[in-house]
Amino acid sequence: MASMRDIKRRRSSIQGTQQITKAMKLVSTVKLQRARVGAEHATPYFNCMYNTVGSILSKVGNIEHRYLQSGDSRKKAVVVITSNRGLAGGYNSNIVKLITRHENWRPEDVVVYAIGNKGREALSRAGYEIKEDLPDVIESPIYNDAKTLTDRLLEAFAAGEFGEIYLAYTYFKNTVVHEPKLIRLLPVEYEGQESEEDSKVIMNFEPEDVEALELIIPKYISSLIYGGLMEAVASENGARMQAMDNATSNAEEMIDKLGLMYNRARQGSITQELTEIIAGAEAIS
Amino acid sequence: MAENKDFILRIITPDRVFYEGKVDMVEFNTTEGQIGVLPGHIPMTVIVKPGVLSIHEEEEVKHAALHAGFSEILPDRITILAEVIEWPDEIDENRAEAARERAENRLSSKTPETDIARAETALARAIARIEVLR
Repeated sequence: MASMRDIKRRRSSIQGTQQITKAMKLVSTVKLQRARVGAEHATPYFNCMYNTVGSILSKVGNIEHRYLQSGDSRKKAVVVITSNRGLAGGYNSNIVKLITRHENWRPEDVVVYAIGNKGREALSRAGYEIKEDLPDVIESPIYNDAKTLTDRLLEAFAAGEFGEIYLAYTYFKNTVVHEPKLIRLLPVEYEGQESEEDSKVIMNFEPEDVEALELIIPKYISSLIYGGLMEAVASENGARMQAMDNATSNAEEMIDKLGLMYNRARQGSITQELTEIIAGAEAIS
Repeated sequence: MAENKDFILRIITPDRVFYEGKVDMVEFNTTEGQIGVLPGHIPMTVIVKPGVLSIHEEEEVKHAALHAGFSEILPDRITILAEVIEWPDEIDENRAEAARERAENRLSSKTPETDIARAETALARAIARIEVLR
């Protein structure tokens, strides 16, 4: 059995850790609230964008357009949104797994645009090519970041550097459920579920639909990336809050257990001392 | 004019709902030219070009600098998805003036490296900002 002093030292060290995890939990709770509001503000824009792009696509049908077809290159670009800091449970590794465990993707076919340090580190270790590293973007996402990234992606896409563009981020379903998601940005994917309203009105486009597509799709992609960023920030803080909550209650449990062990050890040592004193006294008399 | 029907304008930016309300007419600049939209317009989607957005409410006319985005027009409502839009009091006049001068200089001293399209958009944006303040 460990000595009383060892147990005491261990217990106070765990208490110290618990204080840290508790504080981190409170911090991420506050950050989560802020991030959630941000993500909620971003949704109307995104939904409207999605509907408009959908209505254009359902109108133009199957036309030949460079944004609607995979490029010639076999390579795929993936925008990977992770966090800069750890201690968020499986948040970062889930995103990384999405890419490393993808059935048809070999590391040499994938170019990574890393937003967030953790994803970059893990993927470069796994042998993926990191084309761009943007750790600052995730700290406080602004629309402009998403837009400039989109411009660069589209430029490289037009230059034939890769044939498809994907986005890997964590979807914030609610405070407890966050799903890692991989969506295709280009060629544009649209599940043709026409709402009733759409089929009633015949939309006209000025300029012509193909030209409009050319102009709207970059905006659509930046709105997807921006939406992904907002969701990811909310998910990150939600994941960290949960992880820290678990850590705090685990620490609590260990402290209880160690407290019991300490008391038992104390009792044992008192009993032993007593036995020794009595034995000593008996020997003298 | 549509018989006393409500005409709703919604302006949405990536991070907020910029404006929402009943209006009489909306004017702005598109790739095809200046347009004014009245209630009962045919359904149409247009792409925005930098310019002044005028919102004609019942009592007053509000202005804003609208830089990029597109708009979906329906008979009873109009939605503008704006990437960048500003109220006059959000604009720094000195900065806009400086930006205009810079863009004009870039355009007049053309070198092969000048990104003309970019300079032109910058100029249009600066002019829109200045016009809104007037």
